[in-house]
Amino acid sequence: MKKGSRPASLKDVPFHYCPGCTHGIAHRLVTEVIDELDIRGKTIGIAPVGCSVFTMDYFDFDMIQGSHGRGPAVATGLKRALPDRVVFTYQGDGDLAAIGTGEFVHAAVRGEKITCIFINNAVYGMTGGQMAPTTLVGQMTKTTPFGRDKDINGFPIKVCEMLAPLEGSAYLARVAVHNPKSIIKAKKAIRRAFEVQMQGLGFSLIEILSTCPTNWGLSPVKAVQWLEENMVPYFPLGEYKTPAGVI
Amino acid sequence: MSKILMKGNEAIGEGAVRAGCRYFFGYPITPQSELTHFLAKRLPEVGGLYMQAESEVASINMVYGASCAGARVMTSSSGPGISLMQEGLSYLAGAELPSVVVNLMRGGPGLGNIAPSQADYFQATKGGGHGDYHLIVLAPNSVQELLDMTQTAFDLADKYRNPVMIMADGVMGQMMEPVELADQLEIKQVAKPWATTGTDYHEGRNLINSCYVIPEQMEDLNNRLEKKYADITRNEQQCEGYLLEDAEIVLVAFGMASRICRAVVEKARAGGIPAGLIRPITLWPFPMEFVSKVADKAKIFLAVELNMGQMMEDVKLAASGRAPVYHYGRLGGMIPDVREVLREVEKLYRGGVGQ
Amino acid sequence: MIKITFREERCKGCQLCTTVCPKGIVVMAGRTNEMGYHPATVTQQEKCTGCGLCALMCPDMVIEVEREAKAV
Repeated sequence: MKKGSRPASLKDVPFHYCPGCTHGIAHRLVTEVIDELDIRGKTIGIAPVGCSVFTMDYFDFDMIQGSHGRGPAVATGLKRALPDRVVFTYQGDGDLAAIGTGEFVHAAVRGEKITCIFINNAVYGMTGGQMAPTTLVGQMTKTTPFGRDKDINGFPIKVCEMLAPLEGSAYLARVAVHNPKSIIKAKKAIRRAFEVQMQGLGFSLIEILSTCPTNWGLSPVKAVQWLEENMVPYFPLGEYKTPAGVI
Repeated sequence: MSKILMKGNEAIGEGAVRAGCRYFFGYPITPQSELTHFLAKRLPEVGGLYMQAESEVASINMVYGASCAGARVMTSSSGPGISLMQEGLSYLAGAELPSVVVNLMRGGPGLGNIAPSQADYFQATKGGGHGDYHLIVLAPNSVQELLDMTQTAFDLADKYRNPVMIMADGVMGQMMEPVELADQLEIKQVAKPWATTGTDYHEGRNLINSCYVIPEQMEDLNNRLEKKYADITRNEQQCEGYLLEDAEIVLVAFGMASRICRAVVEKARAGGIPAGLIRPITLWPFPMEFVSKVADKAKIFLAVELNMGQMMEDVKLAASGRAPVYHYGRLGGMIPDVREVLREVEKLYRGGVGQ
Repeated sequence: MIKITFREERCKGCQLCTTVCPKGIVVMAGRTNEMGYHPATVTQQEKCTGCGLCALMCPDMVIEVEREAKAV
């Protein structure tokens, strides 16, 4: 029995991510689930704009690179034309929850049978550490050098809570990848999301709390602690909606 | 073959269906709404999908997704909506995805109005979105052409893996004319081995992308696109000449304006002025070769457009200084009538070659 | 028998693996790899229980933990 072996759906190339960035863990979990469900040959992924645009080079199945924030619209067009395939987007918090707000909300409204993997690390990574819609109040970023000011920037967006009341959303969960226990739970939720899509039950989204040590200005070890102490209290973990209803 | 009376908007919709288009994603905007009403009914009849998106931004990206699947897909809009689609059009061009976009132009800039216009010529033919790219732009001028060229648009899109825009206006959408409908239409569906349909369904792994971080690789794509655009320019220029043999004053007009100019040319000739008309059918590629040949003999060009003089610049390029190029336009959704254009022709002719 | 292997050339020295090892045997090596990072390694392999938490936590798929069937 082997632990830590590379999923077949994940290409054997080094990630370009910074040391300790948990995108790598999320990539591994998604591809493990795709392997376990044996859906690699009928899965199409949509890469965002941001650090994880390079998922297109890592995921070893058909991939599409779409414009910033529009992944769920691209996924809609694709899935409507190929309803028997498995279609998912991989998006960061800037991509999904700022510029792409219209697209993911309305994909959920329509109950699109797609899955959004939503990486929430409370900061813009690729562009160099600016405020994200999920940046915590008081959190310092390059564009909130004195901390996010609620009077100027408002409050962090809670995506799962927002989508739960919509009839079209079928499975919503917020998970984290900052410790082994959370990683195991995260994988279960990702698997459930793909299953919900395959069963045709509606829209699914997994919000993954992640770290960005570089732009948080913390060591990777400090970053996972910061996530636990600051992000988890504001973004509570758990399932927010299952096909049985709002939790 | 049967002949029926059809509205322009219906003709575009029927043309799309006959071309094998089964997916339409769009957002309501006047004056193209009737096209969407037609397709909302018509597409389900043939097993297709009409989907109303939350915005034009979403629409064009849904088009992107369906095109990735290898489907024939279309959207339509007007001025402000087409502006919102520009990023998506650039992505479609960069990722080389076949798609058809209809622009029923309206008065602008800004919210403008819903009256006919040709003010989106620059936007359609000179870029509109970011980066080095071209759309193929078709400008029908009758209901029959709206039907036929919509079908042509899908063929061109697939042939060159490029987005194609059909440019018309609200009047053409509303206009009713008899149309010849072929009984049985052959759908030229082409193989799309590049489509991202899942690796179980094709050889290897497909990636649809316009992101190349390494400049050499980006330049490779740019070079490939440049070569494709050169091929299109060589192969696809289309235009129609009318009474050009002995024409000294040559009107150049497309779409709606060309219908008016045809009558102007006839009236001018009746009054002893040797006038002719060039009607560009492809706006990109602009029929440079044809206009250039005419410039060898013509003494004056007059571009007549429903804008401030946009296509006129291409006429100037084609004429390359061999003949002066003038412009006559009405703006804001106004349509010039035959008399006012004729007056302009008379003024130019008498003030120029006629003396 | 438990075999733990590190793909050193892929390690970015983030140290996350060292924080989750229940036995505290995953440490950073003094040497550097080609990328210039101190790679993770294991000191007393005989203490490894094969729990695989280090592999689970690694963002770069550096660590593989294999529990070999016992020879009878």
